[in-house]
Amino acid sequence: MAVVFEKTKGLTDKPFHYCPGCHHGIIHRIIAESMVEMGILEDTVSVASVGCTYNSYEYFACDAVQAAHGRAPAVATGIKRTLKDKIVFTYQGDGDLASIGTAEIIHAAARGEKITAFFVNNAVYGMTSGQMAPTTLLGQVTTTSPFGRDASYQGYPINVSELISQLTGAAYVERVCLTDFKNIQNAKKAVQNAFKVQQAGLGFSMVEFLSTCPTNWGKEPIEAMDWLKEKMIPQYPLGCFKGQDIDFKNLGRQDAEVKS
Amino acid sequence: MATKRVLMKGNEVIAEAALRAGCRNYFGYPITPQTEVMHYMAKKMVEIGGNFVQAESEVSAINMVYGAAAAGARVMTSSSSPGISLKQEGISYIAGAELPAVAVNIVRAGPGLGGIQPSQGDYWQATKGGGHGDYRNLVIAPASVQELYELTVEAFNLADTYRMLVMILGDGTLGQMMEPVAFRDEEPIKVVDKPWAATGRGGRDTHNMITSIYINPDDLEAKNRELQEKYKYIEEHEVRYEEFGVEDAEIVITAFSTCSRICRNVIRQAAELGIKVGMIRPITLWPFPSAPIAAAADRDNVKAFLDIELSAGQMVEDVRLAVCGKKPVYFYGRMGGNLPTQKEILEKIIAIHEGREV
Repeated sequence: MAVVFEKTKGLTDKPFHYCPGCHHGIIHRIIAESMVEMGILEDTVSVASVGCTYNSYEYFACDAVQAAHGRAPAVATGIKRTLKDKIVFTYQGDGDLASIGTAEIIHAAARGEKITAFFVNNAVYGMTSGQMAPTTLLGQVTTTSPFGRDASYQGYPINVSELISQLTGAAYVERVCLTDFKNIQNAKKAVQNAFKVQQAGLGFSMVEFLSTCPTNWGKEPIEAMDWLKEKMIPQYPLGCFKGQDIDFKNLGRQDAEVKS
Repeated sequence: MATKRVLMKGNEVIAEAALRAGCRNYFGYPITPQTEVMHYMAKKMVEIGGNFVQAESEVSAINMVYGAAAAGARVMTSSSSPGISLKQEGISYIAGAELPAVAVNIVRAGPGLGGIQPSQGDYWQATKGGGHGDYRNLVIAPASVQELYELTVEAFNLADTYRMLVMILGDGTLGQMMEPVAFRDEEPIKVVDKPWAATGRGGRDTHNMITSIYINPDDLEAKNRELQEKYKYIEEHEVRYEEFGVEDAEIVITAFSTCSRICRNVIRQAAELGIKVGMIRPITLWPFPSAPIAAAADRDNVKAFLDIELSAGQMVEDVRLAVCGKKPVYFYGRMGGNLPTQKEILEKIIAIHEGREV
């Protein structure tokens, strides 16, 4: 019988520990598929961070390094400077990247560090049970904003992609979501664009994924998906914030020509 | 072997030694009084095609070290006390993930922002852990610019051999001091295979994972036992110290690095007064040379120990543990960036000799 679909070789056989309805599984899959399709699985080092994906290194079939909370872009810098011809990516949540690791991500981008950051924004701390994140929406109830996030008391959400896109060193920044097939295909394209930017040495690249967290949002998976569409996207509009002019179709080709 | 002697500043010699040891990755953040290490690296590392990154903070610098070490490189960072405090998180992770790296602490006086003058007040932080968890760093305390050179080269060999962080513990005096240094034609570089490094699979059947997290308590305990076995081996094999005059000394001084330099002169002055003083100078602060101190405590000729430090008395606790109550252990220290004078130490020796010291 013909195989019409199989698990990508970019993932190991270890079963995911993620909650039902969480988008980490989809994001893992499209990154892993992209590594295989682009032929870079053997040449990639991933950097796991702290949060629900602390052990993403057990799922991605590439070599991997686990980093301290927020420090993944610094760790990735050390790896990439050592292994200049390899692909290095970080996989970070919003608490990791947008709170404790703000300095590391901003400066990695400002240096134009030739790494890729995959940033998963689910507007909440997942692993530590639903605390307010820098990306938590105004009015959103979390375990540390039990009366809803109040701007006068807890400030405003950070739009990371818009922020990073202001930096000259950032070559490609795109925000995507995974609510349906079309968006997932689009997200996968963004992942590949980010890898291509790194391969071509254009600078720092980042893809922000809007993701659900049914467990900590206290919602059913379908409800969570609707909440993401209705509440998160207005605060975090989808689209490419940096690198709109890059000719991705010919990017790899130009690179290949330069090498030959 | 030694071909040329050049006059160089301690901090610059550390950087030169690292380059000679094959270190091609340096990540740092500016802080006085270690800045010359960074300045030297900023120029020379780029000239030879290595990596120099001025990080956004000490926290980032040590994590860049973590990344480069994970990728199999020889890597170094340098800083001074407040900066080393910031690096402790990364140092703990380096210990947990068993990565080889060299960190230099040109100690200044604390606590807090403190001052920029020399101190040995980071002894506890360096030798007892510093960051969270049960771990050790190999801590080396050179006492001259020549030793800074030789021991920095050796630090990289030790780091690679034991897959751990080796700390060079100097102080503002040593870092800023200029002395002649004789460089070798060829460095004794120990090449260690790193099949564990995350370099990209490149055809390997399995993927390498560098991590310090073990969620299962039994796994984490097993990991800790492995680490402790390693530390025990190091305690048995890597203790370094210098000892002189102990065989007929009435008083044995314990002092490391800059303090030992001052004490050397005092020992000569005491001899002129007819007081026999010897010295045990720890070169490795961890593993600590407990055995030679214990052996000296057992000698009939040794009546007392005198520990001299640029602190309120930190290493003296390890000296007392080694002496184990067999002989009195006296202490004299200066703080705030001040150095003890020869006169101050000599007066202390005379007081001990005359039985006036309590």
